[in-house]
Parts: sequence; structure tokens; C-alpha cells
Amino acid sequence: MRLAILGAGAVGRSVAELAGEYGHEVVAIADSSTATVDEVGIDVSSVLASKDAGEGVGSGDPEAVFDSDYDVLIEATPTTLGDAEPGFSHVVRALEDDRHVVLANKGPVAERYEELRDLEAASAGSIRFEATVGGAIPVLSTIEDCTPESVTAVRGVLNGTANFILTRMAAEGLGYEHVLGEAQDLGVAEADPTFDVDGTDAALKFVILANVLSDGGFSLEDAEVDGIQNVPGSALELAAEDGRTIRLIGEATREGVRVGPRLVPENGALAVTGTRNIVQIETRNAGSLHNSGRGAGGPETATAVLSDVGRLPEL
Amino acid sequence: MTDETDGDAETDGGVRAYTVRLELVDEPGELLRALRPIADNGGNLLSIHHQRGNITPRGHIPVEVDLECPPDRFDGIVDALRDAGVNVIQAGEERYGEEVNVVLVGRLVETDLSGTLEAIEADAEAAVVDLSLAAPDGIDETSSARVRLAVDSGRIDEAFSAVRSVADERDLSVVEPLPGGDA
Repeated sequence: MRLAILGAGAVGRSVAELAGEYGHEVVAIADSSTATVDEVGIDVSSVLASKDAGEGVGSGDPEAVFDSDYDVLIEATPTTLGDAEPGFSHVVRALEDDRHVVLANKGPVAERYEELRDLEAASAGSIRFEATVGGAIPVLSTIEDCTPESVTAVRGVLNGTANFILTRMAAEGLGYEHVLGEAQDLGVAEADPTFDVDGTDAALKFVILANVLSDGGFSLEDAEVDGIQNVPGSALELAAEDGRTIRLIGEATREGVRVGPRLVPENGALAVTGTRNIVQIETRNAGSLHNSGRGAGGPETATAVLSDVGRLPEL
Repeated sequence: MTDETDGDAETDGGVRAYTVRLELVDEPGELLRALRPIADNGGNLLSIHHQRGNITPRGHIPVEVDLECPPDRFDGIVDALRDAGVNVIQAGEERYGEEVNVVLVGRLVETDLSGTLEAIEADAEAAVVDLSLAAPDGIDETSSARVRLAVDSGRIDEAFSAVRSVADERDLSVVEPLPGGDA
């Protein structure tokens, strides 16, 4: 497949770097202000070297990407809430041109799922978005394999930053602010960790899961969301007295989405440690399945994008 | 269904099993004295575990009584036991019951912890069977309490939602268990 990549952050760059290994070719890449388009395949390493040097990803206009001869648009621009722009419009343009779209950007599938599915129905192209939920972990494809109708609920940990903080607080008996600072020093938490610790990032992923289970109907404002900012070390100590711990757990069912700190068995499957993610897929006929792994990171998320590309039919 | 015109609450199918834990003074006739209010108030005794060898630190003998009665008679039985001077340690539906933990976080002492627990027992129709408080920064600061509740298995969701609204009124946060998460 010929890939056009929008977004040159950690995920977009990793997709560009790994595409060849997966048998695909990158014909265009753009960041927010620059682009390179080459029908015979761009020279990925020189484009990324230019990005590293602060000179953008080329001398072209990002608009040129949409005019290139690509099969799959990789939407890897930053997630935005509400109208999910500009990501949403990028997807619309590709579908209207009868091309496929693979999203790593959570905004459009969390906030405007039904609109995307309607556009997809009118297009020869299709959309896939494994990378939006749980990074490298095959969550959506597992649900697809079980058939969404037989999945009754999806629960789990889908934010590594919050999980790291709770794990450290429980293990070291340290306070929230202290561990958050440590996580920022380690690069596990961003300078502005708001969306990770207030539950928004996890909620977007569980909203996407609820949309997949119900074929639409949910957006972020339908989710009941609580963060971990108010969980003191003493709460973790009390939980441990009873063989439990506290994790930021999301739940998606056909009834709704809920994210918040919950008590889980200390040695149970959902009590993963550090930045690890896990989902429990509860099925009607096959009990619960657990998929665990790295839920974030450039190469990790890029593998989910490229697996999606591999699942697309030829246009 | 039959019309309940005779005012008798003891209708078919309306009976549930309960467990009452008592502590009796080690004196002759005490057990009989403790059982009489149960029978007198519409309770049917199912079994009595009288652990004579197991004396509490206060020198009392713990007794566990299983009984069945219509749900609206149960409070009357417990009140009658207390009126008769029997020490009731725990009274609740157990056969159909489940014990769950929640952790409350906030200014627990300042917001009247015992009032909070009473409101939870009343609104969530739950019995507080255990409480553990951690206030590492002193009682005027944010503290945490683990509350073990005995709840009717069929009413767990309603009980949690009642706990949430009691906590909301007092600006406390609740960390609930995750049903189904153990699978």
C-alpha cells in the first residue's frame, strides 16, 4: 500500500520508519506546516533528519498530501476534543476521494463516530483505528474477531501514566504530587499531565470501545469520568489491608462509559504495574479475555497502525 | 396474588433469612431470654451457634442466630432484642448478602464520619460491618476510610449509587470495587 502520513510526532515518524519493514511505501508525509510528496517513495531518513533539525518535513505545502497518489491516509495528528478538527476533515477528504484511512488520532472516532461511519458507507475506502485504543495491544481486532455483538463489556487500564503513578504510590508509600513529579522527570508524564490524570485520555479510549460495541452513539460528554488527582496514599494503604489496590479503570458497555479509580484485587489481572496497559474483554460465550502490553509509544502505536494497513482490502 | 387485606405481613414468599450476632453474659437462662424476643416478634429460628468455648475479651459468649422472617419484621426483632437488654453485635441479612469494600476519601472527620456511615446504612440499605480509618496528616486533613458493607446481592448497584450520593453531599470521593473485574 502507498501511505500518506499526516502528523510527524512520535507515531507518524515511527510509521514512516517502519512502513518498509511491513511491505508498504510512504509517498507523502506532512506536519502542521510542511510536507514532502514523492510518488516513487520518499526518503524517510532524510525527511526525519530535516524534522529533527527543526526544518519541518520538507518544502511542500501540507495540502499537497491530499493530491498525491496514496492508498491509505494515516491520520496521526494530535487528538483534539469537541469537533475533533482538523483530524476529522482530513478523514472526510480521504474518504470522499475513495481512499482508506487509518487513525491514530482518537478525536474523530471518539467524538464523531456515526458521521465517520456514514461517510465510510458512501466511500470505496474504509476506516480503521486499532492504534487509538491501547497502543500496541490488539483490542479492536480482538473484538472484531469475537464479533462486537458477543462482547458484553470491556474493562481495564488504558492510561500508562496514571497506572505508573498509582503503582509507585502504593509500592513506595509516596504522595500523589511527589510521584507525579518523578513521573515527569522520567518522561512517563508530560509537562501538562491533565488528560492523563483526570481520566480524559482513558475515557476517549473507552468511548471508542463503546462506539464499537454499539455501532455508535457515544462521545466524551456521555462518559462519567473521575481522575486520580484526589487519591491519597492512605486510600492505597487501606485498600492493601484487604488485598486490594486502586487502579484507574475504564468500563465500556452498551449502556455507557465510566472511568475512575476503582478497587481491584492486588494480584488480579487488572492490577498491572508501571506503564503497562490491560483490557479485559468480557464475552457472552467465551468468558473473559485479557490483552496486555504497551499502551503507548511511537513504535508500539505504529505497529497497530501498520497492522490495520495490512487488514485493508486493495482499492 | 392474594389481597393483603388482613394486615398480616407474613405472606407466602415474603420471608428472608437473616443472621444476628449476639454477645451473651455467661449466666443460666441467658440464651433462652435472648431467643424469646425473636419468636415473639414473628421470627422463625433456623439455627443457633452457641460457642461456649469462645469467650470475647469482655467475657461474653458470642452466639450466632440464623432466623427467617418477613423483611418488614426484621427491624422490630432487632429492636425487641435490644429492648430486652440483649447485646446485638451485628444484625443483617446474610444468606442473601454479600460483603463489599468501598474507600471514602476526603475531610471525613470534619464532615461527621459517623453521620456519613449512618446515612450510608440508611440510604444504601447496607450494614457497616468493618471500618478502617487512615488520617496520616491528622484528622483535619484529607483522610481515607475503608468501609466494609454487607449488602443484599441483588441490590449492589443501587447500594453503590446511594453511597455515591451520600458522598457527593459531603464532598467526599468514593473508590468502588469493580464488579466483574475479578474474572
